[in-house]
Amino acid sequence: MAVERLESLLRDAFPNAPELRVEDRTGGGDHFQVTVESPRFDGLPLLEQHRLVNDALAEPLRDGTIHELRIKTKGTT
Amino acid sequence: MISKDVSQRIKDVIENEQVVLFMKGTPQFVMCGNSGRALEALRAAGAPVTAVDILPDPTIRQELSEVSGWPTIPQVFVKGELVGGADITQELAETGELRTILEEKLGAGYSDDAQERVVDVLSGTRV
Repeated sequence: MAVERLESLLRDAFPNAPELRVEDRTGGGDHFQVTVESPRFDGLPLLEQHRLVNDALAEPLRDGTIHELRIKTKGTT
Repeated sequence: MISKDVSQRIKDVIENEQVVLFMKGTPQFVMCGNSGRALEALRAAGAPVTAVDILPDPTIRQELSEVSGWPTIPQVFVKGELVGGADITQELAETGELRTILEEKLGAGYSDDAQERVVDVLSGTRV
C-alpha cells in the first residue's frame, strides 16, 4: 500500500515527529495529503520545510506513485 | 524539439516576468486542482500572473524541475525566486504574507494594472 510506504519514508526522515499523517485523499492510492510536525522544521522558511518533505518522498514522486501531493508542515516551537 | 531551447526559455521567463506560475492548463482552462489553488491565491493577492502550461510536452516539466530543483507542479516564482507550490502559495496568501512578498519585490503598486498572460515555452510565443 502506498500510504504505508510514504509513512515509512517520512518516519525515516522525521524520526521525532510528534505528528505524522498520510491520507489517501481520493481512495485511488495516488492523491495524498501529508501532515508532518517535526523539530527539523524549526526556524526554516516554508519553502525549505516543504523541500525536506519532497526530498523524503523523492522516490515515489519520481516513479509516479504520487500523482498529487499536498503538504502541511509544522515546527515544534 | 531541443530540450536545451526549452530550458533556456523557462529560465528567461523566470528571470524576466514578475510573477510566473507553471501550471497544468491555463488560467482560462485549469487542468488540475493544485494549479487552480495556486492561481486563485495569486489572483486574491492581485498578482500580475504570467502562466506557463507544462502539459503540451513532458520536456517542459523535466527541464523546469532541473532548473528549479522542485519536483511537483504548480511552481510559483516572484522576480526569479521560487516561492513554492500550491500549498505554500495558498498558506502565504491566507496569512497575508504573499502580499508582503509581492510588495517587497515588485513595489507597492504591483496590483494596479495586473494582467494575466500566458507564455508558450515550446515556441517562445506570448499571448
